[in-house]
Amino acid sequence: MEDFIAIIRLLDATLRLSAPLILCAMAGLISERAGVIDIGLEGKLLASAFASAAVASLTGSPWLGLLTAIGVAMALGALHGFACITHRGEQIISGVAINIVASGLTVVLGIAIFAEGGQTPILGRTERFGPVDLPLSETLSEVPVLGPIYAELISGHTVPVYLALLAVPLIWWMLYRTTFGLRLRAVGEMPAAIDSAGVSVTWLRYRAVILAGLLCGIAGAYLSTAHGAGFVREMSAGKGFIALAAMIFGNWRPVPVLLACLLFGFLEASAARLQGVDLPLIGPAPVEIILVLPYVVTVILLAGFFGKSIPPKALGTPYVKER
Amino acid sequence: MTTLPRWADLGLIPLLNLSLAFLVSGLVVAAIGEDPIKAITVMIQGAFVYDGSLGYTLYYTTNFIFTGLAVSVAYKAMLFNIGGEGQAYLGGLGAVIVCLALDSILPAILLIPLAIAGAALFGALWALIPGWLQAYRGSHIVITTIMFNFIAAGMMVSLLGGPLQRVGQSSPQTRNIGEAGQLPFIHDIGRAMGFEATTTPLNLAFPLALLACLGVWVLIWRTRWGYALRALGHSQPAAVYAGIPAQRMIVVAMLISGALAGCMAVNEILGAQHKMVLNFTAGYGFTGIAVALMGRTHPVGIILAALLFGAIYQGGAELNFEFRTITREMVLLIQGLIILFSGALALMFVPWLGRALRRG
Repeated sequence: MEDFIAIIRLLDATLRLSAPLILCAMAGLISERAGVIDIGLEGKLLASAFASAAVASLTGSPWLGLLTAIGVAMALGALHGFACITHRGEQIISGVAINIVASGLTVVLGIAIFAEGGQTPILGRTERFGPVDLPLSETLSEVPVLGPIYAELISGHTVPVYLALLAVPLIWWMLYRTTFGLRLRAVGEMPAAIDSAGVSVTWLRYRAVILAGLLCGIAGAYLSTAHGAGFVREMSAGKGFIALAAMIFGNWRPVPVLLACLLFGFLEASAARLQGVDLPLIGPAPVEIILVLPYVVTVILLAGFFGKSIPPKALGTPYVKER
Repeated sequence: MTTLPRWADLGLIPLLNLSLAFLVSGLVVAAIGEDPIKAITVMIQGAFVYDGSLGYTLYYTTNFIFTGLAVSVAYKAMLFNIGGEGQAYLGGLGAVIVCLALDSILPAILLIPLAIAGAALFGALWALIPGWLQAYRGSHIVITTIMFNFIAAGMMVSLLGGPLQRVGQSSPQTRNIGEAGQLPFIHDIGRAMGFEATTTPLNLAFPLALLACLGVWVLIWRTRWGYALRALGHSQPAAVYAGIPAQRMIVVAMLISGALAGCMAVNEILGAQHKMVLNFTAGYGFTGIAVALMGRTHPVGIILAALLFGAIYQGGAELNFEFRTITREMVLLIQGLIILFSGALALMFVPWLGRALRRG
């Protein structure tokens, strides 16, 4: 029984650590399926984490924080679009720029507004998203096996976690069951075909990068106003890049990407769990090695030694209308 | 596509983009309630005027020359090496292993070249795998180099907290390397020659960086190999048709790129700090991207751009002392904006300027 509870706890932590990865990876997926590389996930995540914590701290409302975070990340998405779609700039450079601007600006503004060395003040209970208890979780928790699963694992998460889980089927539906999704996928494979069908390549790609911003915004708000209680500098800590890896690992398709995020979240959760634990035969748990595993397996996948990674065909190439 | 006269393309456009980056930074400074004019004055004084400031500026410049060259060499073959950070980190490992193993046995004249070779070798090896994967397995070099940055960081955490950690210390750093492994400081050389010199971290790695610039210039613009590399960068199919072994070229270009990035550690570890500390690369590898873009991937441009960034870094450190609300992170912001305007939005002014010039 104790083992069972421990496993439930580990899976619970997995879900909490996967949520921002899922949101960011879905953001990257939408952008890249439309043909725009998004290295700037990390920057959007960091900027929106700051925006939500700052607004939540100033107004007392996490919801206003969430809205601001989404606004900020969407604006950064639009900036990425302005550089890469309108001016056909190098998409990777634009992403790198967004990441560096975000890591500078969040601290500069943080110090200017709060004078706490780049952090926001610690958010109180009402200033952040609390756990949502799903109906009957209390009553059902007595039921053996399923009870704890429902009460501990499924119930009791914050709103953004549920949004992340909801985002996956929504995006799947959008991509594969709507005209917009069909066009979005086409514009990442063969923009000329979309153009000759009389649909604007530019506007489609803009919508993709702005939608990506929306998802990153939710992820950022989650980091600072749900998972954590306030913003600390560099709090995104490479999560945007792990999400990028998960997106590649899942071959730019929603369900495999979700699974990759859960796997990477699980690795992070177990690393935290194993900190300082002595394993049989191995000795002290190799926490650092577990933490870099997502990057290692992604490189191995990219090398094509197992599976095959097939990116969208027009990924990274700006569209030039023939004259 | 509008074409501009050479002077406008090489002079006016970079200047316009740079001004825009500084203008936006100035607006941010004004927005947080400080005086932008005063801030830029402090930065310029901090970078060039105060006693010893030039030494610090050139010391940062040295890092940026190495990482900027690294990005540029790969870029000539249209490879985007954003793994300079990880390669420099590994370069540090190479240099420090040589020094820790041999600094009590070998004299400086043998140890220092060996340590430099160690830095270059380890940096090159860390770039070899992404390069090989790009050339022979078609994996996207941008993604693999990003992943390798993180893998390097994780590896260093375990090494500096474990086998390489100084005995009896809890902070993640190595022991100091012996004197035989230390590059002489410029101020020591100056004093030995009878000049008065302020103590700065500027060391012999700076002339080494300038030599590297010369070497890269000769390699890229004056050898058959360099010609082949540039041909490859212009058009891979054409290069392959001309009999250039594209895959081998890609791997070698990445090896050279990684070796240059690794040499950044020569300045930091053999030159300035004399030990390896956690995160000693401090983002210099990423700044290399900005330097290469600003310098248009040409050694002369890179020296100028590295000097600009050296000044921004040193001047930015001065901001800390003069203002209550402006910190070092302002430098990151300026740097990000420069990458944005002179990299991603580099072509923004081109059509507009083309029209203006034709009219005038």
